[in-house]
Order: sequence, then structure tokens, then C-alpha cells
Amino acid sequence: MKVIYTDSLVIGGGLAGLRIAIASRQRGYDTIVLSLMPAKRSHSAAAQGGMQASLGASIKGEGDNEEVHFEDTVKGSDWGCDQDVARMFVNTAPKAIRQLTAWGVPWSRVRKGDRQVVINGKKVTITEKGEAHGLITSRDFGGTKKWRTCFTSDGTGHTMLYAMDNKAIELGIPVHERKEAIALIHEDGVCYGAVVRDLVTGELTAYVAKATTIATGGYGRLYAVTTNAVISEGIGTAIALETGVATLGNMEAVQFHPTAIVPVGILTTEGCRGDGGLLLDKEGYRFMPDYEPDKKELASRDVVSRRMTEHMRKGKGVSSRYGDHLWLDITLLGKEHINKNLREVKEICEYFLGIDPVKEYIPVRPTQHYSMGGVRTKATGESPNLKGLFSAGEAACWDMHGFNRLGGNSVAETVVAGMIVGEYVADHCASTTLNINTVLIEKFVRREENKIFKLLNREAGENPFELRKEMQDIMMDKVGIFRNGDDLAQAVEELKKLNQRAKNIALKNRISTSNPELVEAIRVPKMIKLAQCVAYGAMLRTESRGAHAREDFPERNDKDWLKRTLTTWNSEDADLPEVTYEELDIMKMEMPPGSRGYGVDNTVHHPDTEKRVAGIEEIKTAHPDADRFEMQELLNPIEIPEKFRGKNERTGRGFK
Amino acid sequence: MSDQERTLTFHILRYNPQIKGDTPTMKRYEIKEAPGMTIFIALNEIREKHDTSIQFDFICRAGICGSCAMIINGQPDLACRTLTSKFPEGEIKLLPLPGFELIGDLSVNTGKFMRQMSERVESWIHDQNAENVDLCKLEERMDPDTADEIYELERCVECGCCVSACATKRMREGFLSAVGFMRLARYALDPRDKRSDEEFYEIMGDDDGVFGCMTLLGCQDYCPKDLPHQTQIAYLRRRMALVK
Ligand SMILES: Cc1cc2nc3c(=O)[nH]c(=O)nc-3n(C[C@H](O)[C@H](O)[C@H](O)COP(=O)(O)OP(=O)(O)OC[C@H]3O[C@@H](n4cnc5c(N)ncnc54)[C@H](O)[C@@H]3O)c2cc1C
Repeated sequence: MKVIYTDSLVIGGGLAGLRIAIASRQRGYDTIVLSLMPAKRSHSAAAQGGMQASLGASIKGEGDNEEVHFEDTVKGSDWGCDQDVARMFVNTAPKAIRQLTAWGVPWSRVRKGDRQVVINGKKVTITEKGEAHGLITSRDFGGTKKWRTCFTSDGTGHTMLYAMDNKAIELGIPVHERKEAIALIHEDGVCYGAVVRDLVTGELTAYVAKATTIATGGYGRLYAVTTNAVISEGIGTAIALETGVATLGNMEAVQFHPTAIVPVGILTTEGCRGDGGLLLDKEGYRFMPDYEPDKKELASRDVVSRRMTEHMRKGKGVSSRYGDHLWLDITLLGKEHINKNLREVKEICEYFLGIDPVKEYIPVRPTQHYSMGGVRTKATGESPNLKGLFSAGEAACWDMHGFNRLGGNSVAETVVAGMIVGEYVADHCASTTLNINTVLIEKFVRREENKIFKLLNREAGENPFELRKEMQDIMMDKVGIFRNGDDLAQAVEELKKLNQRAKNIALKNRISTSNPELVEAIRVPKMIKLAQCVAYGAMLRTESRGAHAREDFPERNDKDWLKRTLTTWNSEDADLPEVTYEELDIMKMEMPPGSRGYGVDNTVHHPDTEKRVAGIEEIKTAHPDADRFEMQELLNPIEIPEKFRGKNERTGRGFK
Repeated sequence: MSDQERTLTFHILRYNPQIKGDTPTMKRYEIKEAPGMTIFIALNEIREKHDTSIQFDFICRAGICGSCAMIINGQPDLACRTLTSKFPEGEIKLLPLPGFELIGDLSVNTGKFMRQMSERVESWIHDQNAENVDLCKLEERMDPDTADEIYELERCVECGCCVSACATKRMREGFLSAVGFMRLARYALDPRDKRSDEEFYEIMGDDDGVFGCMTLLGCQDYCPKDLPHQTQIAYLRRRMALVK
């Protein structure tokens, strides 16, 4: 049995994983990163749009600060987020972006003087201030009060990931590529690392560590059509679930992005609409202002996706052999802008659709895009149930996104969580000694070996590719943008059956080394379990919140549902997850529940809301001289690692 | 997108070095073409319906991550964004990217190569103060044009097409190749990187570096991101020639 010991084991080489690895390495701990492929190919590279940080350098970002970013994030989450974490996040995001600047990201910069932009379908001239020249600029994105999304031309995620991986290489952090973590090693509520399969040789190795971090990204591939990479399959999340101890949070919170191309589901960034692009129906009519007169195309993502679906249901979609779609029109932005700031979109249109978006409309439709749910963690990033297990990035439910995340807040989360959780991971390495019996390691390795042995020796059984397809279709048809009790109940039943069938997979290609069918066979049962968490959680949640929209329960119901769904998988024989809930305490909220400002507000309020609003008023009256920092301290005191605590400077206003 | 269904014939190099005694062979697969079909879609169909053992690498399937470069009818390119309709004969021959360690079938180990390249060119900002930057303060300003120019050189996705198309590399095992030169050009342009020309010379001032390039420019011809390899190699050469 091969065993590798380290202090900090990071599963996942995307932005979140690499940043955690850098933090533990910089604090002097032996660190290893595992990745399915070269780290620079992680899905983080695909983020084109940008990263939110309230730098407020561009004139349209003027007046931005942590408060405004906080408000947007909490509203965006439909009050489902953890407000401590949202606070830690907004306060640290400016530092994260500045650190990445020092590490080499060539952020697009403010250029002083006039420039033409498109706002609400019209060309407008804005004038950037001389004093902001050369600072990081920002663009508009959905659901934000200010232009806060910082970007690198059309390749934000790419440049962030390259800078991060290059930093990791500078620090000599080993990235073990083509390795897949397939189980966590744990005992008595403590995690000791993972059983890892080499995707080339098929060899199993136990990686034993003081701290294990899951940073494996989202689970978009539970759906048949998604903007996500083919490796966004949620395996990291699933191995946490399979411990039977760690909990997953809000798995039913799945975001659909308004504008993926039809039929393949490749994303065209929200930057298209942020920069002035419009949504049109089959008559070429701009319909969003009818639904959302205020934010129009730039309402929050969940809202735009639902409005588009509603509009198509009214027969206003463009029909095609792949079903109905709508148009995204960026022609009004002009060739020069598209070639520079939306070039990736242009390439995608040319290669996959054979059209030129400078002249032609892009066929788009809402498509699965982001997983708000994931491994539930405390604010420190550690699992509340399994010591030594941490999680960050899209894989985690650190919970700054609640039921809907804002565009640009995700890559920002990966680096901010990476910084903050990274410090706690290092603290954990400092305070723990590794004390593990090799018998335990062996038990876990043998268990996985046995499973693989069975897969390779079963004569006849289920086809893993078929099972996956069936699961993906169920999720698409019954656990999509609009949900209802009947469909969800059916989905839950059908997935249960799939789960049973997945215990009986047989392979055509029965070799233990590099074997894509075996990889599939190992993953599919895990993915089905995750799908069950999503569908079951969605069935039980009889309200609508953020991206979880129930046709039979259209109102947000704070009275009964201001709580986080927690799922565990208690035994291998179970055919449903165990669901419990964690209340969100309004009396501790810096921003008590209110209206998001979209459509009619039919929220069923919680009795505490009024109390908290009054309480906050009292605090404000009692401290008439408190500035915004002191007020935050009073309303929402948070812990951030010492080194990230200082106030953030902004042009034109210093540290105020 | 044509609506007529054709039958596509794929000829794919099959070889799994993990299996003792396996030898490289070309295998033939037939599938029905679908509208908008890419090689990504086609290969997955082949794997799911015809041969579950076939190995290839795709991740983003949108031309962004650089995983899927292979030789498609004789030319290196990203398979995910290559439409099958591009080939009027309906015959598509796929080979793994040369110049890299073969993992199996169409899968090659670009990761190992790229990591070594990054270590060799020290692909990071060299600035002793970078770690002491006060993160609370305004970031260092940068001219907006400079930022854009750096990004233009940073668009490389490490797909390896340039390496596979490089005649010099075929003759000189240790040749840095265009991907490495592009990376160096990117840092040489970046005012945040404090390396001197002498230091850059140490990295690329020999025949395994920029002076070894025979300027056959396969890199320029086959770069899926249309990076300006020719200009940058010429520029680095001039700059390095001035050093000694
Ligand atoms: C097309 C697209 C565009 C986007 N654009 C934006 C944007 O503009 N702004 C924004 O804020 N957000 C955007 N997002 C979201 C954002 O990009 C992701 O949420 C974020 O990058 C996730 O980063 P991560 O580090 O958590 O995971 P990833 O980058 O997905 O990395 C996951 C890592 O885990 C590894 N891994 C997975 N499973 C295993 C396993 N079992 N064993 C070992 N390793 C494993 C993988 O190899 C990989 O290295 C976009 C998302 C998509 C799909």
C-alpha cells in the first residue's frame, strides 16, 4: 500500500485550491495539490466576465464600498446567505484583487477622459477622472448597484488562474496531476486525508494529511445541458457526502445562467449584457423592460432566467430544432468593443455557431451554470462535523451566495475564501499532530480496491454512460428553473431507482489502468447521490427563494423557510439522503430580510424581522456618531485573520 | 450547419502504453453526423457507443482550457471547437499531439511539459517587494495600454500546438519552443517584473533558447489563439542580441 504524508492536502487545482495551497505553503507547511488534469486547465480558466471587488475607481463605480457590495450580495442571495461570511468576503475582496495584481494579473485599467458606453440600449459618453487613470477598472454586471466587476479584457478567469498557478510554481508547490480523490479517510469525526486513484496507472494511494481541503468546483454536470466543464461533476462534494458525517448545504440551490448558446450550452458571459447587450424575442422585441422596468436585462441572474422562460412559454421564443430560444443582441456594442472585451464570445460564436456577433444575434437560452450548494463549512472553512476537513470555492457551501450568487462573486469567492480559509488551514496544521493508525488507512484503501475489483469482475449489469444520461435528463426535465411538487416527487423516485441500479454497473473494458469507462463507473453512483440531494431538498423546500423557484409555492417564506438545508448520507444502503435544517438567525443579521425589488413582493415575513429592524434602529440611535466601520462592528462583528483586517483605500476618498 | 445526415469515418490512433505488448494501430469508427457536431461530440459518441476504452482529454469543450489539442487530418488544432462539417469528405484522421509523452490514444501529457517550461522560464513576477505589498493601499497603477498588451501575450492556453508544429523542437530535444518564448515576452513586457535583460539572457540566450529558432514558424501557423509568435520571437532575439 502506497501512502504519502503531508500537512495540507488540497483536492482541486482551481483558483480556490491553489490559493489555499499557497497560504499553507507560505506559512511553512508541506502542501500537495491534487488535480484531475493540469491545474491551469481547471474550470476557473473559463470565467470570462470578471471579479467583483468594490474598488470604485471607474466613474460608474464611484461611491462603491464594502457596504454596497454587502447589500447587493445579501439581496442577491435572497437572504439565504450567511451574513458573517458575506461580510468577511466583501471586506477582503479588494485585498484579494490587489494581491493578484502584485502576482501578475494584467487587469484592465481606467483610462482618463471620455469614452463611449452603451447603457439601456443607448450610446452614452462617460468621463473617467484623471486621478483614477491606471487603476483597475470595472464593468456593470447583473444585480449590482455599482459597476463593480473588475476584468481582464475577455479573459479574467484565465489570467487569474495563470497568475495563481504561477505563484504556486514559484513556491514549488507540487501539483499531482491526473489524480482523482475517490474517498475520504476518516474516523471518529476526524478527517485524515483521501484515497486517490491515479487516472493513468490506476494505482490507489492514500494521501494522509493534517488538513484536507475540498476545492473541486461545482456539480453542473448533474444536468444534461450546462455551461460547466465536463469535469465539473461534484466528485469532491460527493466523497464528503459519502463519509456519512460531513454535511452538504443547500444542494437544491442551483443557478441557471440566462445566456448560454443553443444547443451546446457554452456560456456567453454576463459581460455581454453588462456592457449593454439586449435580450430580444422572436419579433426582435426587447421584452425585459416589461418584466423588470428597473434593472431590465441586468436584474439578478435567477430573475432574468425565469423571465426568459416565462416569455418563451408565452410563445415568444424563436423555435428551432433544438427547442425554443431567445436572442442576445450585442451588435449595438460595435466591432471594436466586441473584438477587445468580448473576443472570447466572438470566437465561441464563430466556431460553434458559425455566426458573427458583430452583425448577427446570438441564440441563447437559460442553462445550468452554478452550484450554490456544496460541502457545508463554518466561517473558517472547516466542516462543522468532520474535523480537519475544509472546503472552499464552488465546492463549498461557505455560504456567501445563499440561493443565488451574483455574477463576478464566484471567482472573487474562490480567492477570498482561499486567503481566509487558507489561514485557518495553516492554523489547523500548526495546532494538530498527525496521529493515525495505519490499519485505518488500510481499511479505506481496501474498501475502494474492493469496489473497483467488483466493477471489473461483474459479468453483466448496468451501463454507466446510460445511467448518467438518465440522471441528467431527470434533472433537466424535473429539477430545472421552475419546479413543482409533482415533478420533484417523480424525480426523487426515479433517482432512487437509478441509485439502486448504479450498484450493479458492469464494464465492457475490464482493465484497471487508464480506463475512461471505469472512471465513469466510479463517478456515476456518486453523482446520482448528489442529484438525489438536489432533487429531494428541492421537493421538501415548499417556498421560492433565489434560484429555487416553486410554481406551487411562489412566495419566499421567511416564516418557515429561512433556513439552510443540510444533507447527509447515512449508510451505503440508504436510498435517500437524510435532511435536516439549520436556522438563519435574523436577530444577528446586519441586514434583516426585505424585498429584492423584483416583481411583486409576496414574502411571508418572519416575526423576528420587525424586531431586528427595530433593534438596528435602536443601535443606530444609540450610536449617532458611529462611522460605517463602527456600525458594522456593532451590527455584524466578524473574525477575519489578522493580516487581512485593515481598511481598504479608494481613489478620491482615502480609507473612509 | 447542414441538415443532411452523413456518415463520418474516423481513423484514430489507438495505443495504450499501460497494456504490456500493446502496439499502435489505426482503428476505424463510423458514426452519423449531427448538425453542429464537433470532434468533442463525435469522440464522446464513439466512446459511449462503440469503444469505451478510447482515451482523450476534454475539459471546457469551449476552446478555452487548451486540453484537447490533437492532430486532425494532419494539422494540430483544438478538437473541441473543430466542427466535423469542416471536412467535406467526411473522413477524419486523429493522432495524438507529437512532442509530448503519450498517455494513451489521443491523450498526451502536456501538463508535465508545461510545468517544466514554467519552472525553466520562471514564469512569475520577479519582484522582491511583491510579498510586502500593503494590500489595503491602492494598487500600483499601470498604463491601460500596457495592461492590454500584456494580456495579448498572456492569452496562451498551453495547448501545445506550437510545440508539436515546431521543426526546431523536433531536432533539439531541449528547445524551449514558442510557448516558452511567449511566456518570456509576456514577463519582459511587464513593468512589475524586475528581471534585467541579462537575467532573461541566462534563460534564453542560447541555441536551446531564442537563438536556436529556425524561424519555420509552425507555431505562428497553428496557434489556435493567433498569438503573435513571429513578432515576439524576432523581438526577443533583437533584445537578447544586444545583451552580449
Ligand atoms: C463558463 C463559465 C463562466 C464563468 N464566469 C464567471 C465570471 O465571469 N465571474 C465569476 O465570478 N464566476 C464565473 N464563473 C464561475 C467560476 O468560474 C467558478 O465558480 C470558479 O472558477 C470555481 O473555482 P474552483 O476553484 O472552486 O473550482 P474549479 O476551477 O472548477 O477547479 C476544480 C479543481 O478540482 C479538481 N478536481 C475535481 N474533482 C477532483 C477529484 N475528485 N480529485 C482531485 N481533483 C479534483 C479539478 O481538477 C480542478 O483542478 C463561471 C463559470 C462558468 C462555467
